[in-house]
Amino acid sequence: MIDEGLQNEMKKQGVFTTSLQDLYNWGRKSSVWPLQFGLACCAIEMIAASMARFDISRFGAEVFRPSPRQADLMIVAGTVTKKMLPQVVRLYNQMPEPKYVIAMGACAISGGPFKEGYNVLKGVDRYLPVDVHIPGCPPRPEALLHALMTLQKKIETDALTGEKRPRHLQADAPSEFPIPEFGEHDLVPSKNEQLWKPAPVVRNE
Amino acid sequence: MSFSNSGNTGGETVIPSSDSPSLNGVTAAIDFDEPQKSYSLLPKQNSEVPGELLEVAMGPHHPSTHGVFRMDVVLDGERIVKLKPVFGYLHRNHEKIAEGTSYLGSIPYTDRLDYLCSMSNNWGYALTVEKLSGFQVPERAEYIRVIMAELTRLVNHICLVGFLMQDMGAMGTPLMYAFREREKILDLFEAASGARMMCNYLRFGGVRCDLPKGWLDEARKVVENFPRFLDEFEALLSGNEILIARAQGVGVLGKELAVNAGITGPMLRACGVNYDIRKVDKYGIYDRFDFRVPLGEHGDVFDRYMVRVLEMRESLKILKAALRDIPEGLIVDAKAKSRGLRPKVGEAYGRIEGPKGELGFYLISDGSANPYRYRVRPPSLINLTILEDMCLGLTIADAVIILGSVDIVLGEVDR
Repeated sequence: MIDEGLQNEMKKQGVFTTSLQDLYNWGRKSSVWPLQFGLACCAIEMIAASMARFDISRFGAEVFRPSPRQADLMIVAGTVTKKMLPQVVRLYNQMPEPKYVIAMGACAISGGPFKEGYNVLKGVDRYLPVDVHIPGCPPRPEALLHALMTLQKKIETDALTGEKRPRHLQADAPSEFPIPEFGEHDLVPSKNEQLWKPAPVVRNE
Repeated sequence: MSFSNSGNTGGETVIPSSDSPSLNGVTAAIDFDEPQKSYSLLPKQNSEVPGELLEVAMGPHHPSTHGVFRMDVVLDGERIVKLKPVFGYLHRNHEKIAEGTSYLGSIPYTDRLDYLCSMSNNWGYALTVEKLSGFQVPERAEYIRVIMAELTRLVNHICLVGFLMQDMGAMGTPLMYAFREREKILDLFEAASGARMMCNYLRFGGVRCDLPKGWLDEARKVVENFPRFLDEFEALLSGNEILIARAQGVGVLGKELAVNAGITGPMLRACGVNYDIRKVDKYGIYDRFDFRVPLGEHGDVFDRYMVRVLEMRESLKILKAALRDIPEGLIVDAKAKSRGLRPKVGEAYGRIEGPKGELGFYLISDGSANPYRYRVRPPSLINLTILEDMCLGLTIADAVIILGSVDIVLGEVDR
């Protein structure tokens, strides 16, 4: 890495320097293509975010792709039911790496107001690696923009090499996740063990 | 107007013959094995060539299904031979949850039924509980409810037209225009209720809080400017060659079938049946307003589009009158009770003319704090039942716009 002071000094002289990593990440973060994928109420706010007033294209993410093969970002916008979950995971598996997930709204985070329902999944992070969570029911379009900016910051700091490099640069890291199926009572498996572990129960004696 | 209760037989008019196969004693309405008999539109099938029919699952992830909805389509070339709607991908246990919560606690869930028009859903539910427990609604609250419901109708219809055009291939522009106007109305909702989409604004016997200062002037401005937008919208769309070519004569729904299948709302009126619950029931204070009910003639996609555009103009008339006449006064009836409500033992069915059709709530009270039975009559679901009858014999591209013209919201279909 170039020393920051030297870099600033050279900038004043009209010389722009960067590293391959910064250039690569700058390119990636400026054109995140989301999957055009609405599940419930939050999808309407997601559409509103892409319309004139909020204008998600200011952040380079206006190209909503109907096909998962061309998408970088899955915005899980709405309630994920147990009937829909296998399709959600399948869509995620079909997306090419690098890929990111935003859980938009209370339902995608935890089941939200419908948590007690028998058919509602209690959080999509049980099956998918979620990068950004947006609270709200539904979150305002501004909140979605904020989530996108948070994701961009995350992409910005991705290392190209070394131990801290992200999943898509590690050859042995999984890029696909097992698709659950309907079992006798519930989805089988009921969670992806590698991704999600229930919070430990602490009992005060 | 009265309708004979002849049951929901769906494809009654297209029963091919008496010797059609029966399933558990029930005569199948449509014989799929011999489509060319019942539908002359279909090309002649060469039965000696095996594997000619193609089964396609459209959805649940499909850009044109307006949410998580699946159409299992059997295609002969590009013609639809059989179409099976599959829903349940957004079944959120609304009714079951409501039976476990208090009466007040269900209002936020009604917002999420048809998430484009939360205000009118609130009204349907509040109306039913008021019927059940005999609450009165003060004058000002009635006016606020009418204003909110009609604004909701505007939001729903412009969004629908935008999405319909998107389905036809007009990517972006009509939907952008629609959402531009929608944002202006959502600003009003936000100022009144605190939320853009999930308003949770109505209470039993009134509304939750009074309108803020200057709200009525803002609303008048929006209503005054709306016709200009509608004119522009219509100038772009109503005479548009592509829209006419795609929509006229497509997805024709007959009067009898529509009435028999229980279709309501703009779908029914596009077939030429004069049935608007605002006129029939005169719930709230709708008898005070002067408005007409636009009717279609052919029952095709274009008529459904046109009926909605005209309905928006009628809504504007109601809005103008309501914003002019709204009195000062109480917003909640003093005798009405929201928290800890325990209605007397009994049952009630309340219905309103939602933007999509008859939105009904059926409640049975056993005297406890929770409803014993809570049932929603969703207009989207019932309007969706005749999808196959409208699509058979047409191409898959037509099925997309027919579905768009039915105007479904999956939150309401699956609940």
